[in-house]
Order: sequence, then structure tokens, then C-alpha cells
Amino acid sequence: MISALMISVGAVSGISAFLAILMVIADATIANYGEVKITINGDKEYDVKGGKPLLGTLMEQEIFIPSACGGRGSCGLCKVTVKEGAGQYLPTELPWISEEEQAENVRLSCQIKVKNDMSLEIPEELFNVKEFQAKIAKVRDLTHDIKEVTMELSDPPEISMVPGQFVQLRIPEYELTDEPVYRAYSVASNPSDTKHVELEIRLVPNGIATTYVHNYMKEGDDIIFNGPYGDFYLRETEREIIFIAGGSGMAPIKSILLSMAEKGINRRARYFFGARSKKDLFLVEEMQRLEKELPNFEFIPALSDPEEEDKWEGETGLITDVVARHMESGDNTEAYLCGSPGMIDACIKVLSDKGVPDELTYYDKFG
Amino acid sequence: MSESAYPIAIFFAAIFTNNILLSNYLGMCSFLSVSRELKTSLGLGIAVIFVMTSTSMLNWVVYYKILEPLGIEYLRFIVFIIVIAAFVQLVEMIIERVSEVLYAALGIFLPLITVNCAILGVSLFMVIRDYTFVESITFGLGSGIGWFLAIMAMAGIRQKLKRARIPHGLEGAGITLIITGMMALAFMGFSGMLQIG
Repeated sequence: MISALMISVGAVSGISAFLAILMVIADATIANYGEVKITINGDKEYDVKGGKPLLGTLMEQEIFIPSACGGRGSCGLCKVTVKEGAGQYLPTELPWISEEEQAENVRLSCQIKVKNDMSLEIPEELFNVKEFQAKIAKVRDLTHDIKEVTMELSDPPEISMVPGQFVQLRIPEYELTDEPVYRAYSVASNPSDTKHVELEIRLVPNGIATTYVHNYMKEGDDIIFNGPYGDFYLRETEREIIFIAGGSGMAPIKSILLSMAEKGINRRARYFFGARSKKDLFLVEEMQRLEKELPNFEFIPALSDPEEEDKWEGETGLITDVVARHMESGDNTEAYLCGSPGMIDACIKVLSDKGVPDELTYYDKFG
Repeated sequence: MSESAYPIAIFFAAIFTNNILLSNYLGMCSFLSVSRELKTSLGLGIAVIFVMTSTSMLNWVVYYKILEPLGIEYLRFIVFIIVIAAFVQLVEMIIERVSEVLYAALGIFLPLITVNCAILGVSLFMVIRDYTFVESITFGLGSGIGWFLAIMAMAGIRQKLKRARIPHGLEGAGITLIITGMMALAFMGFSGMLQIG
């Protein structure tokens, strides 16, 4: 009996050990690509260990490429231009890469492995991206389903960014997820306050990150995020400005407006904010205060579905109709849009009908 | 049937009458998720053919040369899985090293197959049915080709389905499972030709 047990244990351990040794040997020989050199933008050189996906390899060198899924190839965000050394396209990349991007050698950095010397091009602004440790200083309700989260930075203690950019929040493992996930949120605070970052997060039913923020996050918690990312920021022109947002799309626009007020940028600006009913409307007093500070700024909230008890006297209807009613010619106008993909696509159409050039319509779509 | 013709019978039976996917419903997870695209189905299908054939050979040797002499046949579930996982890992590493083209076409699918129950199923059936070494090879190869045919057929149907109006609740996995059932019924038409197992 005992000997039968010994034989079975011995045999399984023997087979496992043999295969494990084989794997270790293979790892050290076949999968060993040695030290390779990554050249970025032609001037920065990094000596790294080969064999791992590019995204993770760059992260070890503290270069953070935006990625929402954490390297599983399911978000398609971590694109970089690889001029040399990436080899041919993999089937797992192709769903995310358009034909124009293929012509420019845009690759999905989480899928391609570093096997030999590589030459990449990465936007300079990404070198400013760092990982930050912070504490949750304040959580407050803006509406029944949007929370405002204020984070106080601890390490590094300050962040340098431009209004309108976003950061990626790290959600630790909890009931809904076995591994940390990263989700992108626009910053709502004025970047001149370099010690704090404020986000507006709307609860998505069963959303991993939003459920965490709404139901688990407490004041005083430690949190990690990286950033800043994005090219959604106010262009320095003399044109008239149209802002359009819905829901938590308020965040980057609020950041831009606060910074305009602080710097005294008094261009003609109108901000159309779409909500269903009064209970989805928020920060109205703050916007009215900004209207006083910026004489040429006008806040135009619009309800698509006001309820009886709202006693709403402002604009009603879909945000696209409200924008169409208010706008004359869009010749001397640039537009900044933030919200759901459906809303943005509809608004782009209205704006281009009014004569706003497509290349002067900047937007930040929620995934 | 003569003894020497039996492996050939097993080969065709594994493709048509005893198709591992359509008659045993094994290997469904990757079948359902990957059959969306013809091109990826092709890659995965070929990878399955390769892995099924080679692991049935390997596991035959492990079973009859190690497990049976030691009298520990009941450990085959664990041992087969370990052998399959290690083999697939090794092959992936080698492919990645030697051929970029092959890796893009095939290697990328290998990790998906490691946990495919059809692969383990082939090794277990081979033991239950007392196949010889040659029979095991033809059984593995035939099952792989059968699985390949099934996923290619499904990918082709799903290309058409994209333009079909499907009741909302049945979209995705629901309609795919129903169609798999219909395909299984159709394949039952072959069952008069040959029988194994």
C-alpha cells in the first residue's frame, strides 16, 4: 500500500521535475534573447532584457504607454510606432490597427515581444508620464451616480499637466477582479494645483473600476495612478470656443475653464452641458461663478427629459438640437467635446453643418 | 475489416462520424470564441491538428512506457495535462525563435490550446479504446482535422450570420450553440458509414 503510494507520488514528481527542468533549460536557451537595445525617437537608448512584451519592457524603464486593459490585447490603446525590429503583424494586433496605421508601422506594444534591437517613436509628452502614489483626500456625490474623487499626491508630490488631460487610475484586486486593472479618467481640477488631482467618476452598472470607486473606495485609502495623457487641451488661438459635454464629460471642460479663469483668458466661450433631468445636473453654481469671472463665458445646461417637479425653465431637448439653435456661423469657432461616443458623433455632425472645420473639433470619447 | 486497415478507418471516423467537437462537444470554448473570423479560425485549426497529433503520440508513450508498467494508470489525467502544457509551451518558444512567419500564423494560438479539453480528450479516448501507437497517431490527426473542419464551417456560417437578423437574446454564443447543434445533426448523417469506439 505504502509502496504503491510512493510509486505514484514519485512518478508524478519525476515527470513534473523532468518537464520543469526542460522548461528551465528552454527558458535559458531558446527563449533567451539576451540584452537588446531600444532606441526611442532616435536619441534615447535603453539596454533591456529581451523576451518580454514591449509594453512591460518599457514600463520597467518607467516609460508608461497608455493602456486600459493592462496588456491583454483587448483595449487597443497601447499603440507605438516601431520603425525597426518588430517583425510582421500578429493576428492579435490586426483588429486594432487600421491600414493607414499599418503603413506607418504602428504596433500594439502589449502584443509584440522585444527580441532584437528596436527603434521606436513615442510622443515626447509620454516621457512626462509617471506613476504616482496618492491618498484619497475626499469623495463626494455630485449627482445620484457621479462621484467626485480628490486625490492628494504623496510620491512624487507634484504633477505637471495641462488642463483637459487624463490619468489612469489603478484599481486593486477586489471582488470583481482578480488582478489590478487600469482605467482612464479625465482630470477635473485646475492643474495649477499641482498637489491634488480631482476626478469625476460615473457609476457604470457592473463596471469594475466604477463599482470600486462608488462602493469600496474610502477617504484615506492609498491609490496609485499614472499620467498625464492626452492631447485634449485648449489651443491658443483667438477663435470662439464651443464646449459640449454630458455626464462626467464635465471633468476636462471644468479643468480647462478653471485654468482660463485663473489666467484671464477671456475669449468668447459657450458651454453646452447635456443631462436628462435636474438630478443629473451638477456643479451649476460653480459654472455660474465662472460666468462672473469670465464675462464672455456662457454656461448653457440643457435637459432632454425634465421631470414635472424640476420646474425647469432653461433649454430642453437633445444637446444636438440645443447647439444647433444657439449657433450661427461656425467659421471662427473651435469646439471641444467630451462624452459618450454617440453624443460626440452626433455633435460633430451638427458642428460641421454649422461650418466648424473638422480639424478644429477636438474631442475626448469615453470607451 | 483487416487489422492493417483499421488505423485508416479510425482516421476517417475521427473526422466524420466521431468528430470530437460535434459528437463529443469537446473543445467548445475556443471554438465559440475564435470562430468569429475565418482567418484566425484557420490558424487555430491548424494549430489544433498539430498539437493533437503530437500530444497523442507523446501521451501514448508516457502511458504505455511509464504509467502502465508502474501500475499508476489512474494518474493519467494529471500526467497528460502536464505533458500537454509543457509540450505546447516548448513548441511555442521554439516557433517564436525560429520563424516569425510561423509564429504569427500559428504560435500565437498555441497558449489558447494548452487548456483545450479536446486535446486532453483525444489522449483519454486513445487509452479507453486501447489504440496502438499507429492508431493513436491517426486518431489524433483525424480528430484534429475534424475539429479544424468544424471550426472552419462555423466561421463561414458566422460570416453570413453577421448580416442575419437574430433575436436579441440569441446573439453571440446562443446562436452559435444552436448552429453547432444543427451541424452535429448533419454530421450524424455520416454515422452509417463507419463506427469506432
